[in-house]
This record gives sequence, structure tokens and C-alpha cells, in this order.
Amino acid sequence: MAPAPVPGGPDWAPSASLEHIRLRARLLQEIRRFFADRGVLEVDTPLLSQGAALDPHIESLVTRCGALADHALYLQTSPEFAMKRLLAAGSGPIYQICKAFRDGEAGRWHNPEFTLLEWYRPGFDHHRLMDEMDALMGTLLGTSPALRMSYREAFAGRLGVDPFDATAGELLGLARTMGLSGGTDLERDACLDFLFSLGVQPGLADRGAVLIHDFPASQAALARIRAGASPVAERFELFVGGVELANGYHELADAGEQRSRFEAELARRRARGLAVPPVDERLLAALAHGLPDCAGVALGVDRLIMVAAGAGHIDGVIAFPLARA
Amino acid sequence: MASIGTNEMRVGVKIMVEGDPCVILDSDLVKPGKGQAFTRIKFRNIKTGRVLERTYKSGDSTEAADVLDMDLQYLYADGQFWHFMDPSSYEQHAADANAVGDAAKWLKEQDMCTATLWNGTPISVTPPNFVILKVTTTDPGVRGDTASGGTKPATLETGAVVKVPLFLEQGETIKVDTRTGEYVSRVKDGD
Repeated sequence: MAPAPVPGGPDWAPSASLEHIRLRARLLQEIRRFFADRGVLEVDTPLLSQGAALDPHIESLVTRCGALADHALYLQTSPEFAMKRLLAAGSGPIYQICKAFRDGEAGRWHNPEFTLLEWYRPGFDHHRLMDEMDALMGTLLGTSPALRMSYREAFAGRLGVDPFDATAGELLGLARTMGLSGGTDLERDACLDFLFSLGVQPGLADRGAVLIHDFPASQAALARIRAGASPVAERFELFVGGVELANGYHELADAGEQRSRFEAELARRRARGLAVPPVDERLLAALAHGLPDCAGVALGVDRLIMVAAGAGHIDGVIAFPLARA
Repeated sequence: MASIGTNEMRVGVKIMVEGDPCVILDSDLVKPGKGQAFTRIKFRNIKTGRVLERTYKSGDSTEAADVLDMDLQYLYADGQFWHFMDPSSYEQHAADANAVGDAAKWLKEQDMCTATLWNGTPISVTPPNFVILKVTTTDPGVRGDTASGGTKPATLETGAVVKVPLFLEQGETIKVDTRTGEYVSRVKDGD
């Protein structure tokens, strides 16, 4: 789906104004200063990889290169795997500002090629990393420390339903009253995504910065799971003005558990007839060697700029979005 | 009818939603960073005129609506239907009162209109932006009467009532903007 064009101007020219291009430069400079002050090392890892992320909801762009003719190469959907390999090698705290690529994601808030700020803190859990996120947002956007709310509280508050205990049928019924159309039903997790995006998230718009934490275990991705009556993923998301800006975890370090999750993701991909990229064995080897106890977070820089600028469309902050790249 | 997938749901595309033909006004990707993608559309129900929103799971599809906009020439009304003709094919179409709606008060024989057809039947008619109509009834203007803002009501040959300047006389011809229902200018006979 093509993003809406920013009106006016020939398409050799940037769709972002020079003012926004300068704003991007200032914010990047401030990000670097923030991490330099804290002794976090800037790293630079490949955009091309022989392995790929396996999340069934994310499609990687694939390419080939003569120098490694036998392998398909994947443009990274985030620098996570490479950065974890550096952590396992003893890098200490690291950050990276780089491009990431996701096939098919174009819209008001998405460009298939986008910029991520991703950083990892050995010795931090997700709560301490949220504290650091508060500090970064205060510096960049002038926001006060975020309102913190568990995923469960956010759902109960907005929709009056318990996302852990409600049945798939109850969640689907609620989704349909909220405008979910079409013939195919949604799995439980997809229902939660729908209900969160359309029912909970808009209500965060007038709250400044909000940190939602303790996601359902089924939405753990690469986060540790805390056992309990309702197992929760040690995961958090940052919203500013109702815009999803960042996704962070107390990182899963267990190689065996990580491999199981990869296998489960592959199985879901096969079941849906999706492409089946190879498991990143080098990441698993790094985990087996030993990933320090750490928390990490990825933040969408383009969206950060949108929030800082009050821009209504991502094309307004990216010099050349895909349609005119 | 063909199927429209979420990646084809763009502005202007016509789809069926709960049994009614609709036209998409806006569409966007709704996707959490690590979750299911959805396509959210804002659309107008062409039959009812209502603007609504719906969300589809990405990859899902819905029925395309067989909706066409056509330029048709107005022929006549028979009390129940308003009859139009496609000047390129000479094919005739009959529109009911629901479809014609407000346009009825502006329609003059041989005027070209835009009609929206669903499954071949007109469901909405838009008159031309400007129409030239004769004033069939109006009071003679009273000089110096500024209390009414310098206008008086005039009934036109189609039955429409429009505010016109005081100097206009019965039998004269005027140009009206159908989008606002306002008098634009006097038209001299022979124009």
C-alpha cells in the first residue's frame, strides 16, 4: 500500500522540509551526546545478514551478493542479533543508530526503510532501562518521566477486559464491536493487537509519555518470561502522544529457550505459507557462549522526529520515502 | 465480483461493506512494532451517504463493489422515475427518487449529470455544477427595499426556489450554482 504523498513539489525533491531535515540532525546529535555522557559505546553492525528474524508478522527484504553466492542475504529488521553477538563478546553497554527494513510496511507511520536507535545495558533490568528512557525522552522531547502502567491495567482501564483471563471468543467479540471487519477470525494475540492499537492506544494520546510494561507471555518476542499465575513478558513499550515509539526487553539469554522460540516462529510461518528464512545460528552460538544479563530497547527515530515536529505523516520527516527513493 | 485485498484498499476504491457499496476515503496501516498488521479504512456508504470506519486484518479481502460513475443526459421524469441516457451508447437508465434526491429540483431536460451506478442501477445523481433556469414566479422588486438584503425569493422552472436580486423579473433566465443553491448571474436570452 503506497503511503499518501506529501502534497506539492516534484519528486526529485525531498518530501521532508529542510526544517525537519535539520531537526533530525539536531536530535541525532543530542542522542550521541546522551550516550557519550553515559559511557555507552556507539557500534556499527551490518545491514545485510545470512540470518533473519523469524517473527511471523515481520517480512525481511531478501537479496543476493556475488561474494557469498550460495546464501540468500537478508536486510535486517533490527540490529538486535548483531548487537547481542557484540555483547556476548564483552562489548559492555552499546548503542547503534541505523537503518532497518520491513517489507510491506508503508503508511502514515511506516516507511519500509526506517531508522532505529537501539541500545543494550548489561546489568540493567527492564525497569532500570525505562528510567534511562525517561531521561532520554526528557532530553530530546522535554517530556516528564512517563506514566507507567502494566498492559493489564491499560486494558482494564480502557476496555474493561482482562487481557490475560478473557477468552479468545470474548476478545474477538469485543473487536467486532469496534469495527473489525472481514471474513477471517483473529487468533487471540492478533485480537489483543487489534484491541490495543484501536482501543487502548488512542486513549494514551493526551498523556504525554507512557510506558506500558509486563506484556502477556504470548507476546514476549525475545524477552524473559516471569513465571506466575499469569506469566508475563518482561517487555515494555513507550508511547508519546499516543504514538508507539519504542519496544524494550529484559533480554532472553538462554540459548535453548531462544532456539525453541525460533522453532515455534518457524512453525507458524510454515503454517501460514510464509517464507521460511534460516535460523541465525551465530546468534544462538553467541547466546550459548554467554549473553550478559541485560536489557535492550529499540526506538523508531523517524517517529521520534514526527512527535518532536508535530508531523502528521512519516513522509514529512524522511527525505526520500520509498515512493520517491 | 472481484476481490479487493487490504493492500489494494486505496482512496477511491469501491468495496462492499455489509451489503452496501462504499467508496474508500482514506486508508492506513495499523501495526504494532511486533504484532499483527491491520488496514484501517474510512469510507462513505454510497447509498446512505454516511462516513464510517472499519478495520481489516492485513491480507484479508473483501468484495469489490460494481460501482461506476457515468456522465448521463437527463431526459424526463414520469412521476416515479427520472430517466437518463448515456450519450455514447444511447442506453437509458431510470433513477428513483432516492437516487435523484435533491438533484431533482435542478434537472432540466438535456442537461448532463453525473450518476453513480451500482450493479447497473443509478443510486445517486449529481446535477451539473451550474444550471441555467428560467424564473417562473417572482414578485416585482420594490426599489429601496433593503430590509431583505436586496434579494427576493424566485421560483424557477424546475420548482427550485432561489434568492435573487430585486431587479430580476419574472420570465428572465438565471445561472445558479447547484452546490450552494445560490444565484450566480442573470443570463441574457440567446446566451
